[in-house]
Amino acid sequence: MIPAEFEYAAPESIEDAIAVLGEDPEAKLLAGGQSLLPLMKLRLAVPSRLVDLRSVPGLTGIDRQGDGVRIGAMTRHADLQDADELGLIARVAGSIADQQVRNRGTIGGSLAHGDPASDLPALLLAAEGEVTAQGPGGQRTIPAGELFQDYLTTALAPDEVITEVRVPVVDGWGFGYEKFNRRAEDWAMVGVCALVRTSDGTCEDVRIGFTHMGSTPLRATASEAALRGKGLEAEAIADAAEQAAEGTEPPGDLNATADYKRHLARVLTKRALTTAAKG
Amino acid sequence: MSIVEERTGGNGYVGQALRRKEDPRLITGSATYIDDLTLPGTLWAAIVRSPEAHARIVSIDTSAALERPDVEAVFTGEDLADLAAPTVFFWKPPGVEVKVPEHWPLARGKVGYVGQAVAVVLGTDRYSVVDAAEEVIVEYEPLPVVVDLESALEEGAPLVHDEYGTNNCFEWSLGGGDLDAAFEEADVIVERRLVNHRTAGAAIETRGCIAEWRADRLTLWSSTQIPHIARVVLSIQLGISEDRIRVVAPEVGGGFGSKLQVYGEEVLACYCSRRLNRPVKWIATRSEDMMTTHHGRDHVARVRLGAKRDGTLTAIHARILADLGSYHLIEGPVIPTFAACVISGCYRFSAVKCDVTGVFTNKFTTDAIRGAGRPEGIHDIEMAMDQLARELDMDPLELRRRNFLRKEEFPASLPHGVIYDSGDYDGALEKLLEHVDVDAFRREQAQLREQGIYRGIGFSCYVEICGLAPSRVLGPPGWGMQGGYFESAIVRVHPTGSVTAYTGTSPHGQGHETGFAQIVADKLGVSPDQVEVIHGDTNTGPFGKDTYGSRTAAVGGEAMARAADKVANKAKQIAAHKLEAAPEDIELRDGEFRVKGVPEKGMALGDIAGEAYIPVDLPEGMEPGLDETAFYDPENFTWPFGAHACMVDVDPETGKVEIVRYVAVDDCGPAINPMLIDGQIHGGLAHTIGQVLYEQVVYDSEGQLITGSFVDYALPTAAELPSFETDRTETPSPVNSLGVKGVGEAATIGSTPAIHSALLDALRPLGVEFVDLPLTPLRVWQAIQEARGEGGGPRASEQARDVGPQGQGPGFGPSAPEGGAL
Amino acid sequence: MGATVRVEASVNGERRVSETEARTLLVYWLRDELGLTGTHIGCDTSNCGACTVHLNGEAVKSCTVLAAQVDGAEVTTIEGLGRDGQLHPLQEAFWKHHGLQCGYCTPGMIMAAADLLARNPDPSEEDVRHGLEGNLCRCTGYHNIVKAVQEAARAREMAAVEVPGPPRETPQAGR
Repeated sequence: MIPAEFEYAAPESIEDAIAVLGEDPEAKLLAGGQSLLPLMKLRLAVPSRLVDLRSVPGLTGIDRQGDGVRIGAMTRHADLQDADELGLIARVAGSIADQQVRNRGTIGGSLAHGDPASDLPALLLAAEGEVTAQGPGGQRTIPAGELFQDYLTTALAPDEVITEVRVPVVDGWGFGYEKFNRRAEDWAMVGVCALVRTSDGTCEDVRIGFTHMGSTPLRATASEAALRGKGLEAEAIADAAEQAAEGTEPPGDLNATADYKRHLARVLTKRALTTAAKG
Repeated sequence: MSIVEERTGGNGYVGQALRRKEDPRLITGSATYIDDLTLPGTLWAAIVRSPEAHARIVSIDTSAALERPDVEAVFTGEDLADLAAPTVFFWKPPGVEVKVPEHWPLARGKVGYVGQAVAVVLGTDRYSVVDAAEEVIVEYEPLPVVVDLESALEEGAPLVHDEYGTNNCFEWSLGGGDLDAAFEEADVIVERRLVNHRTAGAAIETRGCIAEWRADRLTLWSSTQIPHIARVVLSIQLGISEDRIRVVAPEVGGGFGSKLQVYGEEVLACYCSRRLNRPVKWIATRSEDMMTTHHGRDHVARVRLGAKRDGTLTAIHARILADLGSYHLIEGPVIPTFAACVISGCYRFSAVKCDVTGVFTNKFTTDAIRGAGRPEGIHDIEMAMDQLARELDMDPLELRRRNFLRKEEFPASLPHGVIYDSGDYDGALEKLLEHVDVDAFRREQAQLREQGIYRGIGFSCYVEICGLAPSRVLGPPGWGMQGGYFESAIVRVHPTGSVTAYTGTSPHGQGHETGFAQIVADKLGVSPDQVEVIHGDTNTGPFGKDTYGSRTAAVGGEAMARAADKVANKAKQIAAHKLEAAPEDIELRDGEFRVKGVPEKGMALGDIAGEAYIPVDLPEGMEPGLDETAFYDPENFTWPFGAHACMVDVDPETGKVEIVRYVAVDDCGPAINPMLIDGQIHGGLAHTIGQVLYEQVVYDSEGQLITGSFVDYALPTAAELPSFETDRTETPSPVNSLGVKGVGEAATIGSTPAIHSALLDALRPLGVEFVDLPLTPLRVWQAIQEARGEGGGPRASEQARDVGPQGQGPGFGPSAPEGGAL
Repeated sequence: MGATVRVEASVNGERRVSETEARTLLVYWLRDELGLTGTHIGCDTSNCGACTVHLNGEAVKSCTVLAAQVDGAEVTTIEGLGRDGQLHPLQEAFWKHHGLQCGYCTPGMIMAAADLLARNPDPSEEDVRHGLEGNLCRCTGYHNIVKAVQEAARAREMAAVEVPGPPRETPQAGR
């Protein structure tokens, strides 16, 4: 319940934050704290220092950019959940934990944490989004496919800060998010995020992202390939969904064996695609 | 006028759904729970606990912790050598040997369960004492671990306690009638193996206490259900006479049986305070609480039920294996024996037998959790009844009706020696069926199945035993509990006419400050606002036996009523004297003690109190004052009953179960406050839905507790539960003058089979014959797969599991993987 | 003692200042340092919601916020919910409908419900149940809690009483 001791800083610029991170390799960034603080309270994480981003300006905001959207890294799930026009993003953000957690947790923090059981990583992966990360050497863009490397491990350097998130596809795609859990506030046992672009009843393009099917979020590439270019009748969707778990080796845990997770992946993919196909 | 009104003078408060007197302090956050109490000079205790389920303690190095400037002391088991006695165990069943391994607040020499306290660090700062505890280094030599209940009894199983040569703790039996003959008579015999898995009380407030040794006296404030019993135990373990100990239960944030206990930490805090001459405070974290607050249930039962072809029951034989954990605290092993009291359910049998075997495993102690043996017992009989109904091709409700004890048969003596006080099982079922149209449901069910929706309905007709207890039955010569189970009350009228009512019970959320005020108000012609109910402090009020076993109303309420009656009788005598009438001509009417038929000749309680406390004109020989005590030991237990129906939807693709509708008809006798009754029913139902669909205490094969937090121990939220439909019948109990039976556990006891049966009813078309609890999505899906021939079903016994590589759970993974992301 | 921070916040309308450890959780700061013990602790994994308070008008779990993070912010606890000795409509409704038994989850439940009603003034039963998914109760089975929240939603007083509501623009983090 009580975290170990740590130093604390609340710098007022992104450069200062980066500098502090650079000085102390055991330092961690603090955004909403809804992933990090619980780990620290159980002493599963013992950073030497927390660098709180609360006072750094310019990290919030939601801006439309063409068909997609740019989201400041410190934007909270609660703000995304209320932005109905963001479609899948609002839906996914609104499914995270409970309202109290959503009132604090941030998209940047969630992505940087790199937990495959979180919902937003799967969304970013499916939407082929990217993050902008700033470090001592300047800014760089990290596509979702490169961001998530392993369980709780991202491509971010210890002294890099996500400043913004870009989700290129929002308009014109049907979407569905199926999150299967024990209780409404729980992490997904398995989650499936589906985006479908339809043209004349045909699936022009499809992206499917998995929550909690591996040590990172995953794309259901076999299902995508099976559906791309095909019609969107129930049978086609069912066939594509049958292949959802191909190539995955989900770890079993208290609530689900690996077999069950693979089965859920198939079931939820079918449901998510069905919803997404309706536009 | 209702029976209760007749009995309570008809002032009219009893029976009303009054708002609670408790609530103003609770809704404003002004109540004082244990962690809200501070004393100057308090030392905080942080406990070092074993990460091993079974191990010899090789060494404990406390030096680093002791060096810290904010650490006052560190103690290990050896340092507590001057404790007077180990854990006090209260059950000595006549003729039955129960093995009671010594258990101390800090382990001596070895540990037998994960979380066992090994050392305590006492420091001045709540935060830094946790750091200090991490610096205590304990070396363990692991010993073989046994966690599965059935495996523990097999030849060659690792022994939890070498000195016994077995993991069999006790064998106990209750029966009556000629069992063999009764089974011979049966045309049909069904057998069923049933798991009722391990659960936790999980009160939202964890345990905690502050002990203060001052001026040769000890005060313990503790989040407990049992201050009086705790005082006795502390007296024995610390070697201090009871008169020098005061135990106070402040506001207690839920108990559910889990705080019907005296824990090592309480004794430890008292010991440390005496030794260090400073107050000592300990508050459990949730993780500690999950590990070392006693668990409940954890039975594997084999039930054999015999009946004639026409459905007439002949015999029931239940053999229950109960997982006790490695050590007992005050009474864990007796809990499964209470299943025997209800194993024959609402039905007539020629012969009944219940055998209980208690088994040691390397897990924490099981003891009383809401229902305490009776949910398991009713689960056993009701599931067997449903199976019998299918075997006989008979409607399950018809089978029950054929065998119900009839209303006129009460008090009903059962073959195995229990005597049910009153009942109307037909009445409860009829009332249920006013709310549930089974035929309409079956039609709807068939239609939904065609659409691929699997809906099911399940029923439960239950009876339960509570209102603990007639001392001669539960106490030393009977069941063997080493105590009396009476209750006590003082009703004290103040000179100005307001009333303080002291109860020896210790409610913690049930609302008795209101309910008891209603009883006293009716007896004395005042309003409940003028009656202050005091409980939970052994220095204040009479010696009582606290709150558990749904006894507060049935036993405590009766004691309160009797004390109030004594006051009313004295008041009548004073009134008679002043009003120049005979005492038998005085009646309580409209808030006054009046001469019958002469409404203008009356005195309110306040006036009578004035006479009593300025005693210049009292009847000859009467003492001043208006203050009476009553002790009440019931003649029998009370036996609430009811009929429940549950409808569930099962998603066959995922195994997820959703409660569509839950209808409960319960009979706890006449209502003191019907709103409070409904509240207990709602909470009791939620407790069982939690157990059946969501909650399980899981240990892995190494004895590690997997469900160590509220992430994994999945209490349902409002989003998982439906609104409930409740109704009641009122069959007074002849046992007490109020006619009340108690209701705190009834809904929990009645509901397990209703939900379980509903699930099986939903899955039957898929070929699933049976699936054990818990009915998690995984287990339900596995059962469906197995029925389809597509894979192995859920494990037969859920006592211990391999849950996959540890640490890959969401959010709370292992320490940093390579790369140092953390 | 570890590294300390200075925290200055408006708590229930009063300016409070203290020097506290960086690791002090908001819930402990409120309870142990400010003496506001109405906010409770029920778990250590941010599940139970007994610690729910309002931060800048929105419900948060104070066990999962550092005191350091509320510097410059407004915090409302259960003690600050009523006005001028009057009960808030939610408190009144919980009392009327027996929406509490032991009372331990109640402050957090009421604070979460206040946030729910500020976001959604006319919630269906399902909205209420989902809105309270972050709060555990072991006593009531939630049945009467749901009724209480729905009643409070209907209470006409809601319009008249200044209920702390969420700021409508995207807030600066922590401010």
